[in-house]
Amino acid sequence: MNLSERILAVHTGKTEVHPGEFINARVDLVLSNDITAPLAIKEFHRLGAKRVFDSTKVVMVPDHFVPNKDIPSAEQAKMMREFALEQGLVYFEVGRSGIEHVLLPEQGLVRPGLVIVGADSHTCTYGALGAFATGMGSTDIAVAMATGEIWMKVPPTIKFVYHGQLSQWVSGKDLILYTIGDIGVDGALYSVMEFTGESMEGLPIDGRFTMANMAIEAGAKAGIFHVDDKTYNYLQYVAGIKMMLGDFRSMELSQATDDADYANVVEYDVTKIEPQVAFPSLPSNIKPVSQSGGISLDQVVIGACTNGRISDLRVAAEFLRGRRVNQQLRCIVIPGSQRVYLEALKEGLIEVFIQAGAVVSTPTCGPCLGGHMGVLAAGERCLSTTNRNFVGRMGSPQSEVYLSSPAVAAASAVAGRIVHPSEIAS
Amino acid sequence: MIFRGKVHKFGSDVNTDVIIPARYLNVSEPGELAKHCMADIDSQFTTKMVPGDIIMAETNFGCGSSREHAPLAIKDCGVSCVIARSFARIFFRNAIDIGMPLLECAAAVENSEAGDILEVDLSSGEINNISKGKSFLANPYPEFMLGIIHAGGLIKYTKIYAKHNYH
Repeated sequence: MNLSERILAVHTGKTEVHPGEFINARVDLVLSNDITAPLAIKEFHRLGAKRVFDSTKVVMVPDHFVPNKDIPSAEQAKMMREFALEQGLVYFEVGRSGIEHVLLPEQGLVRPGLVIVGADSHTCTYGALGAFATGMGSTDIAVAMATGEIWMKVPPTIKFVYHGQLSQWVSGKDLILYTIGDIGVDGALYSVMEFTGESMEGLPIDGRFTMANMAIEAGAKAGIFHVDDKTYNYLQYVAGIKMMLGDFRSMELSQATDDADYANVVEYDVTKIEPQVAFPSLPSNIKPVSQSGGISLDQVVIGACTNGRISDLRVAAEFLRGRRVNQQLRCIVIPGSQRVYLEALKEGLIEVFIQAGAVVSTPTCGPCLGGHMGVLAAGERCLSTTNRNFVGRMGSPQSEVYLSSPAVAAASAVAGRIVHPSEIAS
Repeated sequence: MIFRGKVHKFGSDVNTDVIIPARYLNVSEPGELAKHCMADIDSQFTTKMVPGDIIMAETNFGCGSSREHAPLAIKDCGVSCVIARSFARIFFRNAIDIGMPLLECAAAVENSEAGDILEVDLSSGEINNISKGKSFLANPYPEFMLGIIHAGGLIKYTKIYAKHNYH
């Protein structure tokens, strides 16, 4: 069995599971947000359920339209808050919160080997830490909240092997954009993307979060990484999970997959990959930045569950320190959580952004889905570190969204058009 | 169950953002969502369609976000079923869960045009294109999913088969 099959077998009480098999898996964490929770709560009541299966394993995070953007959003957030408090759930209030997929790992709620389901398609982010995590809709989440189980078809796994060392300014975002450009937005439909190879061993955990986050943009059910010393260090020192090294080593061994079966193996030489840009209106519409033709911009957004972590902000600050955001555009920087915000503040990054003429917002999904805090007008163009560039994704259906890494986004914010980071970096 | 309706045809990768843009997700009532069904891909859709009509698309229909609001909007505006070459997985689950019929049938998509009248027998998977005089068979559902479909969605299914599992 491969890594995902091993995790699913353990959660099904079987010695083996195989792709295509229907299983009922035990879940370790069930997540929803201010858009999806209200529907899930309604279905939970329709089911006739009174209490969630385990209040320590059900998490609700207001993050999409908060701080409340209008009265209907406020009503939805209120409904979720009241349910969470009544049921004693793990709930993160505005001000003590963040974007769910940045927040949960740093709060120590995500561990290797867990099965996590969330009413948010980017739940697959947690695969960065070796968890099997997948997005579902509100009705599935209602049933998972009530029963602690979920039906699933065991997915086939596609193994992606990345060889070689990344060039300067090439990040996890560039690799996942390149991969989606290669296989297409349904290239991994119903499958797990397992990310391996020596380039992945060298990739920092934040880069792994970015890659696993966008597995859904290739249609995948989950994206997953094997655990290693970087995982251990993240769990120990960032997430504050006290784990003996010996226990971790045995977990590493239990994830070894010498006999693994894969539906397909795809290999890439990363030394040939330069920073990538996804053009409107699909994440697979990829061009290397050197061939992006200097597209002029009205807005740059740096943040989101894809790239709103501290290392992303550090990279952005390298380009904005001592420079000014181009006068023709607005640059919006959104730390992914209160903790990221505070770290950025202590490191002086927030001052860098403000001095450069950028807006710094409280953590929110906000503009990524055209919610608030940076909605686009007709005819406007935005370069964003988020994960989707569909028609109307960030506002008017006549606006355009381009996707890139924080390095390309920050460099382009200075230039006023899409540029290679080396054009700005001294 | 037999549906009869006119085909509204779309391309590949119709995503949940164009089915129901997030600017309308500040409410959860299906009737409200239905008013904006397909807003960013065909702004006239809700005025053109009549209840019973059929959405037909190429590959990967419903890709993108996990918002169940997408199949809810389609269902509540009166679309009887969606026929496509393939569906994105979260959308597929959501539709089955809420009892919104989906059929996977490449041949029907290949041989039908916008405006054709179809008759669809959900229990047999037979799709008759009345306008073209052709019939097709959709890919069968796995037995497990048929259980959810026959129960009338996941909530009813869970009430019947897993009631002992919750309080």
